[in-house]
Parts: sequence; C-alpha cells; structure tokens
Amino acid sequence: MSFEPKIVGFLCNWCSYTGADLAGTSRIPYPANVRIIRVMCSARIDPTFVVQALAQGADAVLICGCHPGDCHYSEGNYKAMRRFPLLKQLLKAYGVEDDRVRQTWVSASEGQRFAEIVTDLTERVRALGPSRIHPELLNDQRER
Amino acid sequence: MTEKKKLQIALYWGAACGGCDVAVLDTNEFILDVAAAADIRFWPIAVDGKYADVEALADGELDLAIFNGAVRNSENQQVAELLRRKSKILVAFGSCAHLGGIPGLANLVKREEILTTAYLANASIQSGNRTIPCPETNCDGKKLEIPVLYKRVYRLADIVDVDYFVPGCPPAPEQVKNVLLAVVQGELPPRKSVIGASDRTVCDDCKRSKEEKKIQRFFRPFEIIQNPDRCLLEQGLLCMGSATRSGCGVRCPNSNQGCRGCYGPPPGVRDQGTKFLSALASIIDSKDPAEIEEILSHLPDFTAYAYRFGLPASILQRSHRS
Amino acid sequence: MSRSIKIDPITRLEGHGKIEIFLNDDGAVEDCFFQIPELRGFERFVVGRPIEELPRIVTRICGVCPASHHMASAKAVDGCFGNEVAPLAHKLRDMYYHAHYIHSHIAHFYALAAPDFVCGPDADPSVRNILGVVAKVGLEIGKQVIRARALAQNIQQILGGRTTHLVWCLPGGVSKGLTPEELQEIRPMVQELSSFVDFSLKLFRDVVLGNPSYVDLILHGPYTLDVQNMGLVDEHNAPNFYHGKVRVVDFQGQEIVKYEPAEYFEHVAEHVEPWTYLKFPYLKKRGWKGFKEGIDSSIYCATPLARLNVADRMATPRAQEAFEQMFTTLGGHPSKALMASHWARLVEMVQNAEMLQRYCDDPEITSEQYRVVPRQITGTGVGIVEAMRGTLTHHYTCDNNGICTSANLIVGTTNNNAPIQMVTKKVAQTLIQPGKAPHQGILNMIEMAFRAFDPCYSCATHSLPGQMPLEVRVYKGGELYRQFKR
Repeated sequence: MSFEPKIVGFLCNWCSYTGADLAGTSRIPYPANVRIIRVMCSARIDPTFVVQALAQGADAVLICGCHPGDCHYSEGNYKAMRRFPLLKQLLKAYGVEDDRVRQTWVSASEGQRFAEIVTDLTERVRALGPSRIHPELLNDQRER
Repeated sequence: MTEKKKLQIALYWGAACGGCDVAVLDTNEFILDVAAAADIRFWPIAVDGKYADVEALADGELDLAIFNGAVRNSENQQVAELLRRKSKILVAFGSCAHLGGIPGLANLVKREEILTTAYLANASIQSGNRTIPCPETNCDGKKLEIPVLYKRVYRLADIVDVDYFVPGCPPAPEQVKNVLLAVVQGELPPRKSVIGASDRTVCDDCKRSKEEKKIQRFFRPFEIIQNPDRCLLEQGLLCMGSATRSGCGVRCPNSNQGCRGCYGPPPGVRDQGTKFLSALASIIDSKDPAEIEEILSHLPDFTAYAYRFGLPASILQRSHRS
Repeated sequence: MSRSIKIDPITRLEGHGKIEIFLNDDGAVEDCFFQIPELRGFERFVVGRPIEELPRIVTRICGVCPASHHMASAKAVDGCFGNEVAPLAHKLRDMYYHAHYIHSHIAHFYALAAPDFVCGPDADPSVRNILGVVAKVGLEIGKQVIRARALAQNIQQILGGRTTHLVWCLPGGVSKGLTPEELQEIRPMVQELSSFVDFSLKLFRDVVLGNPSYVDLILHGPYTLDVQNMGLVDEHNAPNFYHGKVRVVDFQGQEIVKYEPAEYFEHVAEHVEPWTYLKFPYLKKRGWKGFKEGIDSSIYCATPLARLNVADRMATPRAQEAFEQMFTTLGGHPSKALMASHWARLVEMVQNAEMLQRYCDDPEITSEQYRVVPRQITGTGVGIVEAMRGTLTHHYTCDNNGICTSANLIVGTTNNNAPIQMVTKKVAQTLIQPGKAPHQGILNMIEMAFRAFDPCYSCATHSLPGQMPLEVRVYKGGELYRQFKR
C-alpha cells in the first residue's frame, strides 16, 4: 500500500484552471492526488496559503498561473513570479524539501501538459514520503 | 473606613534577557506609583520572593502576572503554569513571550546541535571534554537537577492560556505605563487583545517621506550612506515597517536603521513573514526571472529578516528538516 | 540523614540561578552547588545571519547590558571588514558606553545591592528591595536615584537613538551622529550625573563604611578568594572599558599575562560540569585544577574590583582620587575583598562621568564623519570590551558575502562562574551552623556572595560554535548495539 500524497493545487481561473478542465474533458488521465482550489489570479495566492496548507497536512503545494505576458489582469502573474524565489528561500530554511512546492505556468490549452505536471509532481512527492510538518507540530504540543 | 486592598502582582522572566524588566524600571517615577497601588510578590530581578512563596499562594490570589521571555526549558513551563494558576490575569510581555523573540531563531537549528557545539566542539572547550549538562546528575550521592532543554522554543500562549499580549523588544516604557494603568484602573479591553500598541503599522507612523516604491537593487546597511529623510525601503534598505505593528515610536528608523519587526504583525495578520514576503515581492521592479533572482541575491537570509522576532509564532513554527 | 537546602530562584540579579546546599549528618555544610538552569544558544543561531545584523541580534543576550554586546559585536564585525572605521565612531561609541555603564551601575547599586546594606541583610524579604530602600532613605533621595538613572538612559537615547537594544553600530562606524543641539541637551545631564556619582560615593561611605559590622563583613568576612584578576587596560594600565588589552594579575599584584584581543583563545579555556548549563572559564596555560584557590590557581575574577585590581591607576583625575581612597581603606592594592566590587562600581562611575565631560568638550564630537563605507570583507574579527560584569569577548568569522560562519562568545559573568561557585560554598560553610536551621537572613547573606559580582546569567548562558564529527557507540553485553554519527 504505497503512500498517496495529498497535494493542494492553487490554480488561476483564466488559464490554469481552464487548462486543468481541458485535461478532464479530453479524458487525459492523471493522478487524483491534487485537490484544486480555484483563485481568480495567481497574484491572489498569498504565501500564507502555501505554508498554511503545509502546516495543516498537505504533502505538497502546486501553484499554477498564466504564462508571463498572458495574465488576464496584465500584471498579476508577475507578482506571483517575484514572490516565488523568496518563498523557496523561506521553505528551504524551514527544511521543506524543494520538490514539495512548485510554481508553474499553464495556459488554457495545455491540458496534456497539466496532466504531465501533476503526474510528475505526485511521483516526486511519493518518493519523498509524507510531509513531517503536521505530525511534528502536533507532537510539539504533546512532547517537549 | 475600609482600605482599598493593594493589587497583588508578579513579574517573571522565561528564556529572557532582562530587557523587559528594565523597560518596567524605565517607567522611572511611575514605579513608585505602582508600589503604592500594588504589592510585588515575585520579581526575581528586584524582589526577594522565591518559588516557594508563589506556590504557597491561593489559586487566583495574584491579580496580575506579567511573564516575559520565551519558553525554552521545563522550568520556564513549570513557572508559566504556576503563575497561570495563581493569577487572575496573565500577560505575555515583550516579543519573546508574545512571539518567541530572538531566542526563537534557535528554531532553525536542532537542540542537539546547540548542545554538542556548546559543550563539546567549541574551540575554547577544555581539551578532551565529553561532558554535556544533563537534567539529573549524581554527585557523590547528592542529586542535582537542572531543567530539561526543550527541542524548540515556544511562545507563552503555546503553553498556557494568556489574557493579554504586550508586544515589543522591549515594550516602549510609555506603553508599559499605559498597560499598568489600565490594570490598576480596571480598564482592560476584551481578553486576548494586544495592548500597549497601536492598530497601525510602523510605516504609518514613520515620518520619512514616501514616494513610489520600486526596488531595482537591495543594499546591505553598510553598503551605502542613506538619505535620512527618505523611506528606507525605497532606498533598497530592508525595513519591515510595513508589516509591523506600531507603538514603538519608530525607534529604529529614527536611529537610521531598518525596522526588524519586533512588535509583531499588524492586526488581522496571522503570519508576519509571509505577509512581508508579498509586500516586498510586489515592489521589486522587474518582470524577468533572471533579473529578479539577481535583485534578490543582494538580500541574503530572507527568512531570518522576515521572522527575526517571530519564528515560533509563524505558521510553520520551526525547522522541519530530518 | 543528610538533607539539602535550596535557594530557588536566586534574586536581585539578572538571570536565572539556584543554590543547593547539602548538609551532613551533623548539620554542617558538606557541599554547595551554584547552578545555572538557562541556555538559549546564541552562537549557534547567529550562524547564517548577515554579519552586520549580529550587533542587533546579540544585544538580546542581555537587556541590562545590551550595549556591551553591541560594542563587542561591532568591534568583531569591524574586524571582519578590515577594521575600516571612522575614528569619530570610536569616540561616539565610547561616549555612549560611559553613559551605559552609569545606568547599569546605578541600577545594580541601588536596586540590587543596596537593599542588603540599607534595609539590612536579614530584613524581611518583602521590604528588602528597592522600594524598601526608598522607604528608608526617603522619597526625595529615591526620586534622585530614579532621575539619575533616567538621565543616563536619556543620554544614550539622544546619542545612539535607543537605549535597550540599540541598533546603532554598523561596519564602518555608527548610524547616526551627535548634532550640536543634541550635545546641548546632553551637557547639563552629564553635569547632574557627575554630582549624583559623588553623592553615591558619599552615601556608600555613610551607610556602608560608617557601619562597623559592614566594614568587618567586607574586610574580614568569608567573602574573599585567593584567585586571579582580569580586566581591560589602556597603554598606561588604566581601565578602558571599550578598548585595550586584557591584563591578568594575580592576587598579590604580579602580572600573569597581557594579551591582544586576537590572542584570547590562547589564554582562556572553558570547563564543563554536568550540573549546570554555564561553563567555567579558566587560565588555559595553567590547566583546569578544580575549584581551588591559591597563587597557582587557574581561576580568575572579572568584576569591577578585578578591573581596578589589574589597573595601576585610573584614566581620569577624580576617579584616581576615589581609587586611592578605596584601596587605602581596603588595606592595599590589589584587594581580595570581593564585596568591595560594590565600591569599585562607584569609583568606575567617577571615571565614566569624567569621560562623558571630556567628550562633551571635544570639538570634534558633533562632526558628521561618523561613518565610512568599508571597502573589503576580510572575514574574521575579535571584539573585547569590559561589560559591567566582566571581560566580554566576541569572535566572529564570515564568508566573502559577509554571512556569519561562526561566533564564539566568552561573556562577562561566565568568567566569574568558578569564583561564584567557590565563594558561595565558602560563605555557606561559614554561616550555616551545625544543628541550627538557617533563617532567611542567613540564606540571603549566602546570596550576597554572588551579588557582589553583579551577575548577568542571561549574558552568561550561550553556546559556542564549531562542527566536530561525533560518533557514539553503545555496547550491550560486549556487542555493538547502536551507533550514532554526526
């Protein structure tokens, strides 16, 4: 019985959510491990959401936005682009493995590509094993 | 004629530096007013009350206990629990009790690393030493005990139920006065409030001129001579004022140094570091990934800037590496 | 059936500590342990931080003497930048530091030490504190004490921008200078402090020296140790709290060594006991010999008394007068009377006040050349200052990006860990009579032993760096059972 990663996916409404939808309507199979949360724009993704997801038990987080230049709100994905390197630094300092949080650009027509991304991410996280964060935080309250 | 009963108060320090106690002394003559209105039953820096005296009190006999310092070891926890039992009101005082404070930076390393480097590996350690302090030692039949060093640092509210939080490293003395007066006069806001601070950010209260924030280059504080009148962040000097609660009097920017966030997050913010991350990212003036990386390379160790005082209070709380 | 007496926590000092006294069957003191229960791990968690942030982080080692750590740290950081510092910055830092000394020495003398002498060592514990002192000496004097300390804090605030946990020193200098207007604000404060220092000396003479039992306690009580002395001195062997060489002198007045800051680790090493988190520094070349007094002892004190013991003279004239008066009364220089540190603190304040006055009169002090931009990162530095409670050493290394790679601290009070352990035991053995349960006054007199040192245990408890490979093998019945590697 191998471990099934719980992955939270934040997808922007205009490009990446539509792209994921396309994977579905095209009947392209991909692992069911991603729980998708739709936001209007990748700029809406507060880094707080990412750490909150990890703290509450997610094994990984996927962030998808429109390709640079294609944002429905013009500049939103640039904000997401600028946040990500800092977020990576933060996560590294907290000991979160690099593969657990990924940010990528998926357009509305990239159904196949979305399926590949999710498949790849799921396998990488499966190899890493369950995230220690949530159980460790619980344990900190019990055993000092 | 009935005499108004004096308030019974206690002040205590966990994993602390003494700066919060000095902040109380820095209320100057006001301390005499406190002495007139209150009996200080326990305050190790200044008064001779011992643990046995606190244990002998009835539960709830203390009107107020002010606890500064973080919880780092078993003694800190025991006294936190003791004071919680014996006091009607328990205040987490100062950054360490409120957020974990500077000692909270130890949450980025493991306890074992602290112990082995401290007692075994350091260059000044007596050659050949293999001894590490341990909670129980037997010395010729005599049992000696010291507290257990916990694996990580905790805020006070992680250990016991806290009634009020007074932020700051240390809390500004004027604010200390306001807090003590509020207790004496019985005029406290709802439980769990942050008191002795404002609802604005340091940025709001800072007098430096603010124009447009567009960062093309970060500077370490020693790299440039700054303009003393202009916003530090606009000059590329890191300042957390926009993500930090005010009440300190903007004392660091007024000393020509960036804010490092000691008063903690503004109202409504759960995690100071991630919020600041967003704010900072939004003002970086580039759309090119390689250029963005280059700009950020001048800002090393972002995590310990963003959580200088609040690592234990952050959502992830401490390092989770294996 | 042997039993133990615990004093927990010790009070009227900075930081955590407890004393456990073990009695034998006859009720005499068999052993006594001075235990420090705290540790926070500064040197370990500053690694990885930008080196210029360290002066802002290490102030949180202690909130009573944060400027000591700030200055020592700043000097170590200066070293990491090739010691390129605006000369005015050193003057400004020294000026701040003198005001800092006064704030701390006033706080210690009046709030922490005076209750034992003004209220009496065996007064009721509920009044044996600063409020009891004010009740005894009167509100007028009480307010003067509070005002004087506030003035010292104000001077620091005006000069450096903040008092507790200042953020002032940078590689190359300091972040703000002194304007002519600010200097005008400071001048009268310095004057007033100078008078208050004289007043404090007079108070000490009247209340302490005027009481024969206190004089007896100081000169002939068990509060003495035959151990060595350490302090920072200038080129004339006068105390310099901000900069100089470390001088170690034995209790008979012979110099043992005088070393440059960079050489510190050749001369000081640290011993570990399992029953306390605080280490025991000792003179490395003599080796650890245990808690032993004597002319060959490797134990030394670093206190105001020790600083004056290693000095041949003071740096300023009125302080020199006070210095001579003190040692005449003590019966010679150096002195082993550890309680005399309370007096030495006041003598130091005279020098602090005179130096503040000199800086006020220095025409360069309001110049704007208080900072330079350093041009190179050289990667290592050692900063030594005299914290109010003893010689303080910060030693840092950093990489070529200026990120801290190691930090080594030997802190003021840590130097005194062994002497405090020894004198506490000595006093306990002297004062606790077999068969007589000691009352709280006796226990307080045992505490008075450490109080003379003005200890700062938040300062003292820290961790030290380095990464040695460590392998632990556990054998069970001759067979390797478990192995741990780091």
